[in-house]
Amino acid sequence: MNLDARIPGGPIEQKWANARFEMKLVNPANKRKYKVIVVGSGLAGGAAAATLAELGYDVACFCFQDSPRRAHSIAAQGGINAAKNYQNDGDSVHRLFYDTVKGGDFRSREANVQRLAEVSVNIIDQCTAMGVPFAREYGGTLANRSFGGAQVSRTFYARGQTGQQLLLGVYSALERQIGHGKVRMFSRTEMLDVVVENGRAAGIVVRDLVTGAITAHAAHAVVLATGGYGNIFFLSTNAKGCNVTATYRAYKRGAGFANPCFTQIHPTCIPMSGDYQSKLTLMSESLRNDGRVWVPKRKDDIAKPPRDIPDDARDYYLERKYPSFGNLSPRDIASRAAKEQCDDGRGVGPGGRGVYLDFRDAIARDGEDTIREKYGNLFEMYERITGEDPYRVPMRIYPAVHYTMGGLWVDYQLQTTVPGLFCLGEANFSDHGANRLGASALMQGLADGYFIIPYTLGNYLAGVNAAALPDPRGPLFEAAKAEVRGKLDRLLAVDGKRSIDSFHKELGHLMWEHCGMARSKQSLEHALDEIPKLREQFWSDVCVLGGSDTFNQSLEKAGRVADFLEFAEIVCKDALVREESCGAHFRVEHQARDGEAKRDDDNFCHVAVWEYAGDAAPVRNVEPLAFENVKLATRSYK
Amino acid sequence: MNLTLHIWRQNDATSPGAFKTYRVEDVSTHASFLEMLDVLNEQLIARREEPIAFDHDCREGICGMCSLMIDGRPHGGRHATTTCQLHMRFFKDGDELWIEPWRAAAFPVIKDLCVDRSAFDRVIAAGGFVTANCGSAPDANDVLVAKEEADRAFEAAACIGCGACVAACPNGSAMLFVAAKLSHLRHLPQGQPERLHRTHAMVTAMDAAGFGNCSNHYECEAACPKAISRDVIAELNRDYAKATFVHRERVERGDGVG
Repeated sequence: MNLDARIPGGPIEQKWANARFEMKLVNPANKRKYKVIVVGSGLAGGAAAATLAELGYDVACFCFQDSPRRAHSIAAQGGINAAKNYQNDGDSVHRLFYDTVKGGDFRSREANVQRLAEVSVNIIDQCTAMGVPFAREYGGTLANRSFGGAQVSRTFYARGQTGQQLLLGVYSALERQIGHGKVRMFSRTEMLDVVVENGRAAGIVVRDLVTGAITAHAAHAVVLATGGYGNIFFLSTNAKGCNVTATYRAYKRGAGFANPCFTQIHPTCIPMSGDYQSKLTLMSESLRNDGRVWVPKRKDDIAKPPRDIPDDARDYYLERKYPSFGNLSPRDIASRAAKEQCDDGRGVGPGGRGVYLDFRDAIARDGEDTIREKYGNLFEMYERITGEDPYRVPMRIYPAVHYTMGGLWVDYQLQTTVPGLFCLGEANFSDHGANRLGASALMQGLADGYFIIPYTLGNYLAGVNAAALPDPRGPLFEAAKAEVRGKLDRLLAVDGKRSIDSFHKELGHLMWEHCGMARSKQSLEHALDEIPKLREQFWSDVCVLGGSDTFNQSLEKAGRVADFLEFAEIVCKDALVREESCGAHFRVEHQARDGEAKRDDDNFCHVAVWEYAGDAAPVRNVEPLAFENVKLATRSYK
Repeated sequence: MNLTLHIWRQNDATSPGAFKTYRVEDVSTHASFLEMLDVLNEQLIARREEPIAFDHDCREGICGMCSLMIDGRPHGGRHATTTCQLHMRFFKDGDELWIEPWRAAAFPVIKDLCVDRSAFDRVIAAGGFVTANCGSAPDANDVLVAKEEADRAFEAAACIGCGACVAACPNGSAMLFVAAKLSHLRHLPQGQPERLHRTHAMVTAMDAAGFGNCSNHYECEAACPKAISRDVIAELNRDYAKATFVHRERVERGDGVG
């Protein structure tokens, strides 16, 4: 597998400028001759589709939701980072670069992160020009707040609905191009395979979710922006529809899958309440600007009403353990710290799986109105779900699966190991290393879609003959369609007794217990024993009702769960081989004396890239990482 | 708790539909309304009955994918709440509920409780944007926006496009949806150059999509899960009056509108 990242030469600050100058261009009159497929309509996909159409390419965009406006980017709450230094507090492109590399625990690619930090400032300008209503100061300038892993205020926001406002901006740009006839939009359409012809991506096979029709679509290039695979854990903060199918099918067609074990557990989610539960709800990290995290010092106090526990009987453990970053410690660290407190028997709420996030001091300091202005919708959401009023009693929170840093391997041009197949946003692996900092997912999605793919795709297409569009009726497309149909038919034919959800829940439980916040050789080997058994049961006892030539939500779900059941093995294998702790990947065998993650830079300072090998075990390839601008060091937030 | 549910079942857009009665037992009061339907669907699968189709995705009240008329009220009628955020603690043991899809000419039923809301996308495509190609933006702080105006823009922009306003309206009008988008961009300096053209284009597209006219019932405001104020409709009407003149001038000049 060729893992040449094609990182441009020159000093790091010059790399992106050099790369742009060296890129080949497509003449404006020729752009319309190139067909581009974009799968996914979130921040990365929607921005890519709209921007490529603005440039003149012939774009088709696909999403499984009923409208491109529903993509899960919409649920991002807290904000988007940018190195604007509007607050005059010492921020710079270099500092954002540095914080992101360090926050990712030195497992990301320096050149990519540098570029991300550089274009972050353009993102804010572009979104503002499109009418995104960011929060403002009374003087009319943009407001900022802080997020975890940073000591500056560089996060732009729109109350607790930043993702929604950014996505609606992207959606409006996309709809403008649809209205102009420059983008053909396929909603309620799910990508079920990638077709690779003569070593290049040639198109995709999709299922119309309303009619069940399976069709082939050819293009000169295919861009996947299909999000993350957090739902492999069943319970996560992801939308119910989020899945690995598109990237997993690409993997089976030759795209390398990088660092699948890097899955982020977000520290501040509403704790689980029962087995009927279908998802977990995030409480934005921005709340940690004003909320203080604590548990009772004494185990006897855990059942007491929190207001009756005096300050000296509370353990503000993040402030105690990490005095410089305190409640704004990065996500992996805050999550593990919460787990430690609960494992130690000091967790609160049902089952002892919760810690307090308390706004008492902030309300006393700034007044209830100020807190409502900043976080009103989040407080409301919390009250609606739990029936408790967080203005009066502290929130109870617990970590939950939130984001996946792993994804399809891409080079500096965002191209996967399959030429002509590109991957953007959460679906790729490139920028966040082993842990993503808060407010950086929106930044990366928009950076990829607005400011990177429009250049790098042109560079690729300039070398492709526009007249040679693959034939969607050709034998490879027909074979792929037959394969897709065959799989759907097999799912329906099992005709067993157990529901799809029951398998998904069992897989999720297995992954959470054995490949979750803390992993060990033993737990991972156990998971690797169990997953194939569960998969076998699924294929012999799953019950998928209804037909394939009609609207059938069960069939959609079954296909996604079937892919999770295969992909789970790669996640566990990756976690097993990576004999170190880094960022969100915590192997209990590898920890420092104080319980912090212990990296092994001698053996694991690399990206692990899994290559599909048919019936044989997948092959682990390696892209070494070089740190020339940030010194490899043990992360410290103390 | 135990409930009796009368749920609309319809095979596809062309088949007739009907209510079917189900009993669902042992529902936790902490569950959301959709989780209650998940429980029912699991029971149906165990009986080899096809589960009930309903749209949903984020389940945290922001994607706008979920819907449902519950006892004749969109999203169940609790103030500023989507169905996915409606919890069973607001119902009583033994309740009997009627669950239907959105009913509107512009939202044809796809199956059971799922409807086709693509008409909303067509209205946005007609003009619900600022023309600002990527790459052409000035520094974000070059254009100041008073906090009050930014806040008003945000409040209108909070619309999730779920369609509750249309379902609530006796005329199946989309005025609150359209006016919310117009109000969002109307309160920002970036939205000014295209303001009147946008108003004309979106209202024209709304009419073409088969939505009814506004007759000032304001059921839309009461049903809106994001509590968008009907004041945005007054703003729309004011701009629309101006826009009809401006639009005519543009057409007479052959200025490429429509």
